[in-house]
Amino acid sequence: MKTWVTPGGVHPPENKHQSLTMPIGTLPLPEKLIIPLSQHIGVPANPCVQIGETVLKGQKIAEASGPLSVPMHAPTSGTVSAIEHRPIAHSSGMLSPCIEITPDGREQWIEHRGIDDFQHASSSALLKTISEAGIAGMGGAGFPTAVKLNAGHQRPINTLIVNATECEPYITADDSAIRERAQEIVQGISILSHILSNPSTILIGIEDNKPEAIAALKPHVEDTGIQVVSFPTKYPSGGEKQLVYILTGQEIPSGKLPADIGMLCVNIGTTFAIKRAVVDGEPLISRVTTMTGDACGINRNYETLIGTPVSHMLANSAFDEKACSRLVMGGPMMGFSLTSAEVPIVKTTNCILAPSFQEIPEDEPAQACIRCGMCAEACPVSLLPQQLFWYSQAKDYERLEAHNLFDCIECGACSYVCPSNIPLVQHYRHSKGEIQKARAEKIKSDHARERFEFHQQRIEQAEKDKEAKRTARREAAEKAKATAANNRETSAPGSAADIIAAAQARAAAKKISPEQQRAKFERSIAGAEMRVSMAEEKLAEADPNRTQEQENILHAAVESARQKLDQARLRLAEHNKAHHGEQVD
Amino acid sequence: MLETIAQQPILAALIALVGLGTLFGGLLGFAAEKFKVEGDPIVEQIDELLPQTQCGQCGFPGCKPYAESIANGDAINKCPPGGQATINAIANLLDVPAPELDAEHGEEADVRTVAFIREDECIGCTKCIQACPVDAILGAAKLMHTVIADECTGCDLCVEPCPVDCIDMLPVKETIKDWHWPAPPTTADLIASDRRAQL
Repeated sequence: MKTWVTPGGVHPPENKHQSLTMPIGTLPLPEKLIIPLSQHIGVPANPCVQIGETVLKGQKIAEASGPLSVPMHAPTSGTVSAIEHRPIAHSSGMLSPCIEITPDGREQWIEHRGIDDFQHASSSALLKTISEAGIAGMGGAGFPTAVKLNAGHQRPINTLIVNATECEPYITADDSAIRERAQEIVQGISILSHILSNPSTILIGIEDNKPEAIAALKPHVEDTGIQVVSFPTKYPSGGEKQLVYILTGQEIPSGKLPADIGMLCVNIGTTFAIKRAVVDGEPLISRVTTMTGDACGINRNYETLIGTPVSHMLANSAFDEKACSRLVMGGPMMGFSLTSAEVPIVKTTNCILAPSFQEIPEDEPAQACIRCGMCAEACPVSLLPQQLFWYSQAKDYERLEAHNLFDCIECGACSYVCPSNIPLVQHYRHSKGEIQKARAEKIKSDHARERFEFHQQRIEQAEKDKEAKRTARREAAEKAKATAANNRETSAPGSAADIIAAAQARAAAKKISPEQQRAKFERSIAGAEMRVSMAEEKLAEADPNRTQEQENILHAAVESARQKLDQARLRLAEHNKAHHGEQVD
Repeated sequence: MLETIAQQPILAALIALVGLGTLFGGLLGFAAEKFKVEGDPIVEQIDELLPQTQCGQCGFPGCKPYAESIANGDAINKCPPGGQATINAIANLLDVPAPELDAEHGEEADVRTVAFIREDECIGCTKCIQACPVDAILGAAKLMHTVIADECTGCDLCVEPCPVDCIDMLPVKETIKDWHWPAPPTTADLIASDRRAQL
């Protein structure tokens, strides 16, 4: 089959044979497993277990939070011993929330079963299974696979590309997985094909430096419509856009995805995880990771549980700390140095490299750029690395964007060929970060402007309302004054008499009838009598040993109650005398 | 008529020029009305570049008034939250030399801060709510207030009015999400042997 050739690229020493001498091995259970809640692009998962809880192998320990998130599962049975911040595999060396599990050694699986007949299962059911199994792209980006497939599901996908390139030196995880598990991988690809409603072309892209893997795949893909395409080895062929070009000759426009031109790329490790999830019902709890480098006595691939600390891998690989120049997660071109050996293996970790000082020496100090142009020749995206370098140093972000900095795949080919040892990729990464930061700040400041404008408007409105109320009140007062003046003018002569008459009428209205008055007096007499009797009772009941002072107080109370009663009686008598003639009885 | 005009070149030229003048004048007049720009576009552009903290450190009640003032010829170096980057951007826009930040208006902060109310101590006086230019403080009279950290611009206008001093300006901590690669050391101006000696 015809293949295309990408521009640029380099041919670093492959160093893949060291880790391919032995089949995929397994490590003894580590003392602790540390499962970071954020092993994928997107929102971190939400823990759904408590500290001290016993979990079974494959049990969900963290829920996906939101659509761009995947759940986490216990890699083995044991006890949740901590949920806290730990160092994780991130170039910043920062801490991130993790769940720590202390294995009980029993490896007891939670009840699980797969979908027996996926050919008749619906795409949405399969996508749900994949999403529930916690599968995120295992090639390195860690994009939730179900989300990617779902996006592919909504747009017509005519080409499914399985990425088995593994172009970076030292890494052999995919190679060894294909050699030993070709059948399962092909099964995974047919599940993918079924989900994507059988795309017309299915390609497995693989470099020609893996003849054993190609030979292992060949018998399984016969009569399946899947084509294994091998192409000349060159770094970097494994980038999504590069691989699409190599296999189809089509370029993905800047800022677009393969799905925009009807293609979908999946890593070969992911297809294996999909097979396990769908057919066996097992979530993603382990992956193949290469342990290599001259500082390790044993170079081989391990089926590693997610969460295994790097130190545990090293301890089982005859690691010589003194001989090791640095610990790298990933390959020598795109990997990053680890600040601690305690960080765990995550879903995207394909390699741990422990090179000797001869293999990867300390960074040579950077020298001045001599404008040789080798970086431009090596760039697989046909950018101008030298220009980008100048603009990065000058912090000219506008020009950097104009020179398509964001199309840089950070493959490191330019740094690799640079005779002045300039860490070009690091400059680009920094500039990308700065530009993204500026973009985020721009969004924030626009938002603040909106809020400020709204605030101003609100205050203005409130001021206006107040002003309107004030004017209304003033107008009402003026109006009232005007009417009063008017009245005075019209009825000025008889006004005094009118006022008196009105006052008398008001007084008459207020006056209550003599019966009511009498009833009121009688009520007050009754109340006063009750108070007198209460005061006398109190005097009688009071403590016989009372002091003179207390006795005086009680006597005074009785006396004042009696006086009030007398007053009330007097008032009633007066009233009766006044209204004698009107009395009924 | 045409013949007389054709025979008198001066008259012909005069008529042609006056005719053209009227035509283009009319066109321009129409365009000026039809495509009239509302407001002062340069003010909008300057306002875009300002950090929108609305802190008033420049002496104006908000970023927009300062942008208007800059458009009218005010100095461009009065914005400490924006710092040198903002000054450079405005200088670039207006095509003037970029001055240093005017220390009179404050210093450029190294880290972004947001207001934080110590809620136990808050007496619910609503003074900070009134001071906040972006309505980022929630609360009611005699009830505890709190700051919506995501909306806070870090202008610290709420700190001063607080009668019980329960508002702190806390630096925003960097998280894994917003971390980005640091710049590699720029040592290219030293020759290699000297640098080795330095190490």
